[in-house]
Amino acid sequence: MLEVSNLACSRGDHRLFSGLNFQLHLGQIMQVQGVNGSGKTSLLRTLCGFLMPDEGDIVWRGKSIRELDEDYYAEMLYLGHLNAIKDELSALENLRISAGLSGVELDDKEAIAALRRMGLRGREMLPTKVLSQGQRRRVALARLLVSDAKLWVLDEPLTALDVGAVALIQELIAEHLARQGMVIFTTHQPLHVAGMEMRTLSLS
Amino acid sequence: MKKSTMLGLLVLVIRRDLVLAMRRRADVLTTLIFFVMVVSLFPLGVGPELAMLRKMAPGVLWVAALLASMLSLGRLFSADYLDGTLEQMMLAPQSLSMLVLGKMTAHWMVSGLPLVLMAPVLGLQFDMSAQAIGVLIVGLMLGTPILSMVGAIGAALTLGLRGGGVLLSLLVLPLCIPVLIFGTGAVEAVASGLSIASHLSLLGALLLLALVFTPWVTAQALRISME
Repeated sequence: MLEVSNLACSRGDHRLFSGLNFQLHLGQIMQVQGVNGSGKTSLLRTLCGFLMPDEGDIVWRGKSIRELDEDYYAEMLYLGHLNAIKDELSALENLRISAGLSGVELDDKEAIAALRRMGLRGREMLPTKVLSQGQRRRVALARLLVSDAKLWVLDEPLTALDVGAVALIQELIAEHLARQGMVIFTTHQPLHVAGMEMRTLSLS
Repeated sequence: MKKSTMLGLLVLVIRRDLVLAMRRRADVLTTLIFFVMVVSLFPLGVGPELAMLRKMAPGVLWVAALLASMLSLGRLFSADYLDGTLEQMMLAPQSLSMLVLGKMTAHWMVSGLPLVLMAPVLGLQFDMSAQAIGVLIVGLMLGTPILSMVGAIGAALTLGLRGGGVLLSLLVLPLCIPVLIFGTGAVEAVASGLSIASHLSLLGALLLLALVFTPWVTAQALRISME
């Protein structure tokens, strides 16, 4: 499904990685490992098409993502360091808008159900500026519940989350993999998905 | 759960930006108040000679509208850029140009339309005739969307730069000169009894041209700024 061949990426004059090859198939999960500054985020952003690789190609269902453009974006979901939520809007409005941007129209009931599962019961209508860092992250992560994307690209999904939320994310990833989804992620915290072989990619 | 269409996404972006603007009313008001202040300062500074005020009215109103629209341009993409929403917009399963068009439309409704609505009142300060005010309004109605759209290109190019606001004005103001010329030209033409059709149709042509090209150019500029 996702094939990366001979990928090279640099920021400024600094070559982050080169000659990177991997494939990700349905129902597989891969963790990108490496020390700070080794290019994990750059790799994930290259997979999103934000960064142009110096060399190599990223192929999705047999076609380069440059060609596919919107057809590829319809099938992928990216969660970065930034939560992409607005302080002025409530958790509910934020979720409905971010789902809308990714092409899924939610009604209030579906959105509230997703927020409640993320442990935000009673906070749905509050402006997100009064929520804690971890709660905002939960609002952002609620997109995982309402997305029908095949490929999840998660950059440090566990930052600012408590133990309960980490367990919930693991559960969501396991469900996604069971639905033949694919996940590629980075984290500095341990993340265990029951019954799944975790592939790793080390950048150095 | 439903799949959203291109039009649905456009409406979503416009509605979102309008809701955000309503929750941050201060931003909207500063543009309008700036416009009113600058225009009102001229009669005070130049003196109450009606013939002169009438003559300079279109120029003053148009230049003030131009400067006021520069004020809010810096915010067009920067908030979305800083909180990561822009990344998500680029990953939307519809063309980024469409989302950009939505943001331009919302920006015009928030910062351009109030200026158009305020202009007749300010025109009275300059003793403009009803006919001249009418033409001014039509001109502004056609011209201010162009300012928002051309300005969006500059806003996208200067995204994330320090001191981007000044650079933005330097980039965008020269591009807005044709709008200024035809906009003021129309009012002057009606004041001296000439036909306004040529000025307004040129403004209309510029608007159509901007409508077709600027969303795409802005989308490309945003992609460059995101790297």
